[in-house]
Amino acid sequence: MTFTLDVNGTKHAIDADDDTPLLYVLRDELGLHGARYGCGVGQCGACTVLSNGTPLRSCVVPASTLGERTVTTVEGLRGEDGSPHPLLRAFIAEQAGQCAYCIPGMVMTAAALLKHTPRPTEAQIHAALDANLCRCGSHNRIVRAIQRAAEELAP
Amino acid sequence: MSGDISRRAVLQGSLLLAFALTGPRALGAAPGGGELPGSLRRNRQLDAWIRIGADGVVTLKTGKVELGQGILTALGQLCADELDIHLERLHIISGDTAVSPYEGTTAGSNSVSEGGKAVRYAAAEVRALLLRMASQQLRVPAERLRVTDGTISAPSGGASVTYWNLVGGKALNQAATGTVKPKAPGERKHAGRAVPRVDLPGKISGEPAFVQDYRPERMVHGRVVRAPSYGATLESADAATVERMPGVHTVVRDGDFLGVIAAKEWQAIKAASVLAQSARWKEQAALPADPYAWLLKQPSRDSVIEETVRVTDVAPERTLEARYHRPYQMHGAIGPSCAVAEWDGERLTLHTHSQSVFDTSAAIARMLRIPVEHVHGMHLPGSGCYGHNGADDAAADAALLARAHPRHPVRVQWSREDEHACEPYGSAMVLDVRAGVDAQGNVLDWNYELWSTPHGTRPGGHPGNLLAGRSLKAPFPMPTPGGGGPPNYSADRNAIPLYDFPGRKVTTHLVTQMPLRVSSLRGLGAYGNVFAIESFMDELAHAAKVDPVEYRLRHLQDARAKAVIQKAVERFGWSQTPRVPHRGRGIGFARYKNIASYCAVCLEVEVDATTHAIRVRRAVLVADAGEVVNPDGAANQLEGGLIQSLSWSLKEAVRHDARRITSRDWSTYPILTFSEVPSVEVELIERPGEPSLGVGEASQGPSAAALGNALFDATGVRLRDLPLTPERLAKAREAR
Ligand code: FES
Ligand code: FES
Repeated sequence: MTFTLDVNGTKHAIDADDDTPLLYVLRDELGLHGARYGCGVGQCGACTVLSNGTPLRSCVVPASTLGERTVTTVEGLRGEDGSPHPLLRAFIAEQAGQCAYCIPGMVMTAAALLKHTPRPTEAQIHAALDANLCRCGSHNRIVRAIQRAAEELAP
Repeated sequence: MSGDISRRAVLQGSLLLAFALTGPRALGAAPGGGELPGSLRRNRQLDAWIRIGADGVVTLKTGKVELGQGILTALGQLCADELDIHLERLHIISGDTAVSPYEGTTAGSNSVSEGGKAVRYAAAEVRALLLRMASQQLRVPAERLRVTDGTISAPSGGASVTYWNLVGGKALNQAATGTVKPKAPGERKHAGRAVPRVDLPGKISGEPAFVQDYRPERMVHGRVVRAPSYGATLESADAATVERMPGVHTVVRDGDFLGVIAAKEWQAIKAASVLAQSARWKEQAALPADPYAWLLKQPSRDSVIEETVRVTDVAPERTLEARYHRPYQMHGAIGPSCAVAEWDGERLTLHTHSQSVFDTSAAIARMLRIPVEHVHGMHLPGSGCYGHNGADDAAADAALLARAHPRHPVRVQWSREDEHACEPYGSAMVLDVRAGVDAQGNVLDWNYELWSTPHGTRPGGHPGNLLAGRSLKAPFPMPTPGGGGPPNYSADRNAIPLYDFPGRKVTTHLVTQMPLRVSSLRGLGAYGNVFAIESFMDELAHAAKVDPVEYRLRHLQDARAKAVIQKAVERFGWSQTPRVPHRGRGIGFARYKNIASYCAVCLEVEVDATTHAIRVRRAVLVADAGEVVNPDGAANQLEGGLIQSLSWSLKEAVRHDARRITSRDWSTYPILTFSEVPSVEVELIERPGEPSLGVGEASQGPSAAALGNALFDATGVRLRDLPLTPERLAKAREAR
């Protein structure tokens, strides 16, 4: 079937089976590789994108069901002024990641957190990210990167 | 150094071949008769390592591959220093069987010590060669020439010439002699500094960087239907129905190997699921209910790897003994394995995240019964692997499917369930220690025995080590894995204690039968062995009524070992830590492989008195890795290793029933989450000028031991079975 999908501010005409999860539409139809396949069943967070600003596990939601809702992927994550989002700069500054396979999912989850909780405590960051898995043990650097970005966004 | 290495590699893949300039892969010693340094021994030609392009791009070729450990950045730092060029000028090609020098497997924390040494010596020699040429051209003695970012100039504003003017685009045709000494630590600009990783920006911001992201033209999607249990044979499958599904190109069956190819990924996933439901298997696996009892009952290959008979004949005052267990544990990469292969009717092109691209390509060639040179393997990064996971098997799957669908790159993506159920696990182990002590409680005789299935079943050129290779109609038998041996060892890695005990005996019982599939997991046997040795040292200290730190120091002569322990204790505030009920502190120490990095970990735990929930509050890690090329990269790996080890040690054991693996997702094999991760401080003891020692696996054992020892300190209960769970703690407390 064909349907329209609003991704990173652009409307795309998509031709895919109606049960195709958003993840595969992003990666295979739109060439956006920031959302990554980790488990396919909503358990790891590697595929996290924002839908209307809220974290969404793109591996379990059929793209055709999104309707008017907007989708933002890490590729479309921008600061207020359109420059690279402070979270991206902060993750690089903290060298937050080893293999970094999990990182875009972390960044997107953090972006949603900072929207509604501009100065999160460490415990709030832990709670927000608790269902995002990292096997490399980059957790503490990820937390520091989020704190650094928060600092910059809401000094 | 090109900041977009991975992107370039992903997007241009084989285009990089245009740079190919491989010298003959001669084996041999340096002409002077001495051994060449590191991996230069196997790749003597300087052209195998470095190429100066006519366009001013300097290409470094390495057989080592990026696993998320930052190796390409570190090698770039070493190379740029010796050649006197900016990092930005450097382009790196890694793990390409047609271009890169053969350097075996990227594993065992050897990449900087072996691969890095080769890069350093090769680059130093290329620089010397270029200086000689410049000296002739400029008529200035080489000693007086200066190099700035590849431009060689005479002093005081005289004439100058660039590397690329001298040899741009041409082969050097020189074998390394290993006689040009690399720079002294003080003369280096890049090595020793926390240079940011070149590959991280792209990976963080979602650029195509992983083999999972590689999308060549005409690519199709393959999935393999895996047997439900080890050794199951396929009786039937409904290929006809599946081949009528939308987008499906073909179903591939060869013996027990069953796969499907479809135009789109989701179509392939749905087709594979229908195919799996239709498949009838004959299962035969018999998995032991108690892996430890099973291990002890098997015939084993026994070897005494260390024996020192005590010369004094005082009888020990008392003898203590204990048995420890380490379960089967997973690598558990966050991104399941993936590979892309294309068959042109004669040759296979393969993109893989294997740690051993050369050997795996050779194994695949033999599986396909084609000449080894007909498989062109190229590394692309995958999710962190921490050892031998499904990467090589996914490559073999892609090869078989590609052969059935020529002239289309076939991408095989393993599912989460495939990875959990089919990857080779870290082996279960039984670890026995017995010590005879004197009146002060000091060790006189140390007797250590271990039982384990193998820790190394990497492809190594054998198709029988590939899951697919074993499942074909004409199957390749799996070779019987060996034991390793000195100096790296395998199951018995770190089984020989670094402590100076007057009498010592260490015996390995290697069981080569493998009811569960096993291979190399970060640290191999060192994780279990260090847990056992360091837990027992704590038990001995307690029996002797001596502080565990003091007890360790008493038995150590190695000054660097003592220094990491002392530094860790100091930074942790060992003696000042207030005694709070239900809280405890613990220490663990080892020198990885007894030849790589020294690492000491101190940590504090808190135990809930009613639920027995265990929380690690904070950890301090101090390591001595010799001269460190990238301190931030080393700290990142050491901390990551510590956290991963806490995850293994607090939560992880592969679950199974009598037939099947039942840990098939993250809910049936949970790992540590953000709220369970402690704060970690890492400190490196700097040793400029000392040989670089690998750090990647150094923290696995000490962290596990520090955890067990802290739990004992908090509760008075000694847990000897990994993982150290609240359930086990509750049971042990009740039993008291
Ligand atoms: S891939 Fe979507 S949550 Fe794991
Ligand atoms: S950085 Fe590798 S999984 Fe998180």
